[in-house]
Amino acid sequence: MTEAVQRAAERAARDSYGRLVALLAARGGDLAAAEDALGDAFAAALDHWPRQGVPDRPEAWLLTAARRRLLDGHRRRATHTAATPELLRRAALPDDPDALPDHRLALLLACADEAVEPAARAALMLQVVLGLEAARIASAFLVAPAAMAQRLVRAKRKLRDSGAGFALPGPEDVAARLPAVLAAIYAAYTAGAADHADGGALAGEALWLARLCAALAPEEPEALGLAALLLHLEARRPAGRDAAGDYVPLSSQDPALWDAAMQAEAEALLRRASIMGRPGRYQWEAAVASAHAARRFTGETDWDAILVLYDALAAVTGSPVVAVNRAVAVAAVHGPARGLAALRAALAADARLADYQPCWAAMAALAERAGEEAPAALARSRAIGLATDGAVRRFLMRGR
Amino acid sequence: MQVMLLIHSDDTAWNAMPETAKQEAMAAYRAYADALVQAGAMRGGERLRPATEALTVRMRDGQPVVLDGPYAETKEQLGGYFLIEVADMQEAARWAARCPGAAHGTMEVRPVWTMG
Repeated sequence: MTEAVQRAAERAARDSYGRLVALLAARGGDLAAAEDALGDAFAAALDHWPRQGVPDRPEAWLLTAARRRLLDGHRRRATHTAATPELLRRAALPDDPDALPDHRLALLLACADEAVEPAARAALMLQVVLGLEAARIASAFLVAPAAMAQRLVRAKRKLRDSGAGFALPGPEDVAARLPAVLAAIYAAYTAGAADHADGGALAGEALWLARLCAALAPEEPEALGLAALLLHLEARRPAGRDAAGDYVPLSSQDPALWDAAMQAEAEALLRRASIMGRPGRYQWEAAVASAHAARRFTGETDWDAILVLYDALAAVTGSPVVAVNRAVAVAAVHGPARGLAALRAALAADARLADYQPCWAAMAALAERAGEEAPAALARSRAIGLATDGAVRRFLMRGR
Repeated sequence: MQVMLLIHSDDTAWNAMPETAKQEAMAAYRAYADALVQAGAMRGGERLRPATEALTVRMRDGQPVVLDGPYAETKEQLGGYFLIEVADMQEAARWAARCPGAAHGTMEVRPVWTMG
């Protein structure tokens, strides 16, 4: 299989996994049972298909088999069969992709339901929509595999007991519950992108979720905004490392290394979103990323525009992370002294920033440019001490 | 809760590092220890001399048995530790991920038994 064909097959496989789980859970509201039944169906397929040939409509075959298991009363399965991915690929042979109704939006909303603790939502989505194993998800969230598995089991049980249900949501329902879904997808992306050991593979899965969400809720500008934002971030992620594996900050990145196709897709989504006239935090953040991406064409960064966007973001979100990024924009527009003042105000306003590595990296850079040598050295040491990424640590140490 | 972060790493790999890289690593450990202090999480920590300098002691039939070398015959040996105060294991894992030891070795994260 060529790489492109394999990627297409994997995409199709992920497509059918979530679709089948959503359909199976729609009736009983029991995600764990749906996954178990699907696991049994895969095991049955592994037995039947090699002998009798792959059925004409593999998805429908799996759905029928899984429904039968659900009716029989499912058997507990600790994990999916190891053959699942391969079977999924075969199952997803593009027979008639529209043959089965798509309940995945209901599935996404359920994963971000109030009954599910916020810390479990992102992981739950990655598992039930994409079929990823708990162990595969755990590291990115800095949780032990067993604890993650437990957390997911608990989340599914609570969801079932709450009777939250998986009915197809109405438009008002979608609008009200979408923010929690988008926040969870963003959290999955952030965790994945920070996990360098994994090559950022989980970030790619989160991007896939964001695209799915945008496709399932095309009337929701923030869903489009998040997809645009993650596309922009993903487009420039490879440029954040040089050939030696060293860290390259955004301002030093070569725009030629950014993924132009992803950026174009992001721009198209953002345009569609902006026409709806309902701005929000993800559209603004995507607009910031878009302003950075424009350097590819203009050769410079429009910091005035970026500062305006961060002002809007800070007002809406009150997020300490936004406050740090805004301070950097203030420095670019009004000079390092005012940027430093904004950053110190942000730090004083929110104690959580004390352990936020990028805050200290920004502090070191701004203090240095403002000629405050001692505070710069202290901040740099703090930034080094809080770094989890070896490349970032090296970058900061060599700048000393 | 108190948690012990045990740094397991390969001495021979460390010894093979050029002097500048060693100095950089030591500076990274100092910055990490400072960050723990600043966060109010530091309860202690030391670097251990190479495992080749270790010896083991057992009492067998009332007689001491002393052997050269460390307890475990593994490539990665205990090379140092930090004792930290954190809210939960998740926070402990976050500090473990920040330790330079996570990059050149393996961090073991062990909660301390609380005496009732």
